[in-house]
Amino acid sequence: MTGLLEVLDRHVSIVPILLPLIASAAMLLLHERRRRAKAIVSSLTLAAMLAATLRLLAVVADASTPEIVVYRLANWSAPYGIVLVADRLSVLMVLVTVLLGAAGMTYALARWAALGPRFHSLYLLLLMGLCGAFLTGDLFNLYVFFEVLLAASYGLALHGSGKRRVKAGLHYVAINLAASVVFLVGVSLVYAVTGTLNMADLADKVGQLGPDNLVLLKAGLSILGVAFLVKSGAWPLSFWLPTTYSAAAAPVAAIFAVMTKVGVYVILRLVALLWPGGEALALFGSSWLLYLGLATVLFGTFGVLASAELPRMAGYLTMISSGTLLAVVASGDPVVLSSALYYLIGSTIGIAVIFLLCELVNRRDGEVAQAVGPVFHDDFETQLRNEFEGVELGVTLPLATTLLAAAFFFVALQLVGLPPLSGFIAKFGMLAAVVEAGSGGYAHAPASAAWWVVGVIVFSGFCVLVALMRKGVSVFWAESAGTTRVVRPLEAVPVAFLIALLVALTVLAQPTLRYTAAASAGLEARSSYLSSVLQPPAGEEP
Amino acid sequence: MEIVVAIGIGVLATTGVYLILRPRTFQVIIGLSLLTYAVNLFILAMGRLVVDGAPLLTEGADPSTFADPVPQSLVLTSIVISFSMTALFLVVLLAARGITGTDHVDGDGMSA
Repeated sequence: MTGLLEVLDRHVSIVPILLPLIASAAMLLLHERRRRAKAIVSSLTLAAMLAATLRLLAVVADASTPEIVVYRLANWSAPYGIVLVADRLSVLMVLVTVLLGAAGMTYALARWAALGPRFHSLYLLLLMGLCGAFLTGDLFNLYVFFEVLLAASYGLALHGSGKRRVKAGLHYVAINLAASVVFLVGVSLVYAVTGTLNMADLADKVGQLGPDNLVLLKAGLSILGVAFLVKSGAWPLSFWLPTTYSAAAAPVAAIFAVMTKVGVYVILRLVALLWPGGEALALFGSSWLLYLGLATVLFGTFGVLASAELPRMAGYLTMISSGTLLAVVASGDPVVLSSALYYLIGSTIGIAVIFLLCELVNRRDGEVAQAVGPVFHDDFETQLRNEFEGVELGVTLPLATTLLAAAFFFVALQLVGLPPLSGFIAKFGMLAAVVEAGSGGYAHAPASAAWWVVGVIVFSGFCVLVALMRKGVSVFWAESAGTTRVVRPLEAVPVAFLIALLVALTVLAQPTLRYTAAASAGLEARSSYLSSVLQPPAGEEP
Repeated sequence: MEIVVAIGIGVLATTGVYLILRPRTFQVIIGLSLLTYAVNLFILAMGRLVVDGAPLLTEGADPSTFADPVPQSLVLTSIVISFSMTALFLVVLLAARGITGTDHVDGDGMSA
């Protein structure tokens, strides 16, 4: 037994990738009618992923164990084989993904999972792609995981079908296919210049390049950057985002909230590896990140103000969150970064809650959103549709409107950044650190850049407050008496779980901030990342 | 040979970009296919163009006479992925045609 645990412990980095892959492949063999079996397999998979992630977290957070866990696939040493690198930052991202994934899956079990074919498989594949993108240490492997998560997200965005989803999905697929092409151009240019795809090796080689090659490398990195900015929803590459996210089914939109953070994460990772590598790439592209980030925040802010529907507002809130992170990451200051990571956790969870609430708030007594008629007459549509037509609402919770209103106002406070919640602590920390770093933080930008960041973020917070309160008033207060809302326990549990996470994030702000500070210090200590990735596997002579 | 490949990639990419900006879904999917061909050739070219070179290095040989095997394996991956993505996009395209009744990318048909 201890032997098995030891083996598992050695391979714990790959569990969040391998397990959902196996489970989703296995579930393809189960008939659509076996909903209970699928629900059990998905829940067990998510529980095991969570356990593996917590184990990884314990390893990287503990001072006595190595803070970077490097997993060499097939034990090939780094520049030649593919490595998975679990450091504090990537484990944090994986944890947020798995927690949101568990909440979304629980929510979907109430109804959405039964409203279309192969939901469980696609959902787990999406989680696999996300975890893989966060854990991989290789640029081309990152491309593969991006494609895995995108392929799954195409299926999920269309889940439930309907004219709106298919129209939005068409744009979403086309734009992301084009972005993948751009990604490939960037990756191959980087390979042509440096002869490596391993991120640590790339960071190592950058210093040795001549001026001719440096121009090509910068071109390649800029093209890569465009691809990541599309994924992270930066203005002006993000007009697809609010439409797609608001059209997607509620649990799908909730997990999509993490998807934009993949782009932000990769930019952050590359910035941390390449900027400190000497004069050549110091702060390369930082002013672009700053300006595009600020533009994204402003665009998202006006979008939130202009939207009439809650799902669309949530889409724009996603953009504000990404934009804030991009603008703040551009400073390259570790203190700023530490609060930014804390902000990332809170805002991602908050936006996911809003996406889940959207559906519950808009649903009336006895009204169940129906999927529209079939386009393709496949097995599922013709044989099983009738079974789901009258899915019973089952047990419902009392006081649904009160609970929903409380949840909505709680999350609104979190997203606006008002005390006493973690949104306030995070924004305060970021802005204080940005001002503290002053013009030194944005070396390539005008001296007033720090104040612009502060001004734009405070302004967007104010506008989001106005928009969300207006929406809350019109939804919860200005309604005629007698409308009752329907919430099932399986839908209330994930919302309550995520809100409990937000409360925990606020109460445990100090340990969390200590962890994010350690994570950003780990990014700062680039040499230890390079040496632990590039050293040959243990027990083998170099 | 370099100039021929470069012109080929350029022509494919130009037509691809032109076509994905067109209003019909069929034009968009052909455009995306052409773009992925351009990128596949581009990846291959990034490993230096070598004629008649084996991708495996033998000991003591001059490396410049050998082809770089890494871009070849990258291009293989990218061909498979782009091919399957095109197939997936085709399904979405047909679904959009079935649901909206038009092959316009915005689903409203009348304009353009």
